[in-house]
Amino acid sequence: MSEGVIDHDLAAGVSPVSPVPQPDGSGQPTYTLTHKTSPAGGTEGDLLEVAMGPQHPSTHGVFRMDVALDGERVVKLKPVFGYLHRNHEKIAEGTTYLGSMPYTDRLDYFCSLTNNWAYALAVEKLAGLQPPERAEYIRVITAELTRLQNHTCLIGFLLQDMGASGTPLMYAFREREKILDLFESLTGARMMCNYMRFGGCRCDLPPGWLEQAKQVVGNYPRFLDEFDRFLSENEILLARTQGVGVLSRGLAVDAGITGPMLRASGVNYDIRKVDKYGIYDRFQFRVPLGEHGDTYDRYMIRLLEMRESLNILQTALRDIPTGPIMDAKAKIRGFRPKPGEAYGRIEAPKGELGFYLISDGGPNPYRYRVRPPSLINLTVLEDMCLGHIVADVVVILGSVDIVLGEADR
Amino acid sequence: MLGEGIIKGLAETARNFVGSYVEADRLTTVQYPEERLPTKEAARNFPFLVFDGNDAHAGMRCVACQICEKECPPQCIYIEKSKDKKPDYVGKPQFYPKIFDIDVSVCMSCQICVEVCPFEAIKMDTEFELSNTDRFAGLLFDKHQLAKSNEYYRKIHPAEAAAVDGRLAAEKAKAEAKTKADVEAKAKAAAAAAKTAAPPPPKPAPIPTT
Repeated sequence: MSEGVIDHDLAAGVSPVSPVPQPDGSGQPTYTLTHKTSPAGGTEGDLLEVAMGPQHPSTHGVFRMDVALDGERVVKLKPVFGYLHRNHEKIAEGTTYLGSMPYTDRLDYFCSLTNNWAYALAVEKLAGLQPPERAEYIRVITAELTRLQNHTCLIGFLLQDMGASGTPLMYAFREREKILDLFESLTGARMMCNYMRFGGCRCDLPPGWLEQAKQVVGNYPRFLDEFDRFLSENEILLARTQGVGVLSRGLAVDAGITGPMLRASGVNYDIRKVDKYGIYDRFQFRVPLGEHGDTYDRYMIRLLEMRESLNILQTALRDIPTGPIMDAKAKIRGFRPKPGEAYGRIEAPKGELGFYLISDGGPNPYRYRVRPPSLINLTVLEDMCLGHIVADVVVILGSVDIVLGEADR
Repeated sequence: MLGEGIIKGLAETARNFVGSYVEADRLTTVQYPEERLPTKEAARNFPFLVFDGNDAHAGMRCVACQICEKECPPQCIYIEKSKDKKPDYVGKPQFYPKIFDIDVSVCMSCQICVEVCPFEAIKMDTEFELSNTDRFAGLLFDKHQLAKSNEYYRKIHPAEAAAVDGRLAAEKAKAEAKTKADVEAKAKAAAAAAKTAAPPPPKPAPIPTT
């Protein structure tokens, strides 16, 4: 099996054979508007405008979709952002480099450790710091654990959006809890970890942590198999996801989509492979790819990615060396990198998370910009939803995997 | 056959349901107020001030240097320095905080104050049951509420506290040796010559790095 081809054998022999809605493969199911649109841009006749959100349980936070409906079909969808805007970038320009590290936890609050890593990577490029070997291994381990728990929860939420109230989400949270316990005993916090520092990590692994992590990683495949048997062949899930919300390859590339969503559309692009940041060149893993770009592929990609993450974790937990965890040049107080600019990006569980920094030599960045995967992946929401019924909009949004803390910043 | 997948899925649900009676791995719920999980060694919630000995005022390690106040990202710390000085753990006169307030409704538990403190004076607490009916004054902790003994610190973070105690003991031994040497040098200088030049003032103890 060559790299970059989806390995459906891994997933208990299930192949996502979804009907492609368009014979020419151009992507979106066309839908002819049977009602008049008024010259002012509003709608008249039988079209119904519904504001889904900001207090809608399916929107995963405070997010609004203004949907125009013809019967139950979506003819127009406008995402409205900004309800959770917290001025993150401007605050970061006013505080020290270290001071905005805890704020990055609050971007994508499910994956605080990958956020920390992306920011630390940008600052390390700016200041010319090199984390020692052990710190790099710890970063890989924590980032892959973060990916595991993010994808686990995503599948739980996706099923919850589909109407499977409770059970899959509770199973997902039960497993996530074990990973959060690991995070707590390492960093002191379950979600707002604030763990990585410029040039390394804040503290070393506590005694016994590696054994505990090995145990969690060792037990995880059992859960994934169970989850797979539990969901992947379920007829209701197949009916609700196959052929729903197809994102064509071309549109995904044009819109700058990254992460599992891009790979579900069949584009082989994983920053862990492309950039080989940190020490990712040392690990053997495959990049699962989808064929149809529908919601089922996006679900299956997450399941397969978790299995690859487990491989990385097993190698990393076996090979982790002893040694220092901070670059000797790094300092906590009075940190002033030389003037310049840097862009650090990583493959966060949701896509490419990048931090762009300009330093003018002062204690705080002159410009600080976050490239959030959630926001950019949301921009194609209308293209995916047109022509589908309103219940599918909820499922499609669930499969995009957004966290509003990151989309609105 | 249609429905096969659903039946297979329900078999998993049944396995989990039955398994929850026999496997601890499948039933992870803890009945919280009655049952409690032990807090982790690294757990952190809100900061507190450490003092040595029994007297919170005399043993207070904080010297009101205000570094934490400056570094705190959400700026939840407010410090006013005292006018007078009191001896610190090595016996050197130091300022102390006249006012030290932390607004825990603003604090985001990031632990940066702990990392930047050069005096091991501020540490993270694990107490989390802080609900209060007064959201302003009730969550603004003053110096007296924040002060907790070193014994308490040893109890909640044993390994970390042992390392800190070791570092402070080494500092103290070094400072004592230095004062002893200084006193001897002074005596020697005074005995050796009746020169009018005053002995050089003792150098301040170096600020221990974290």
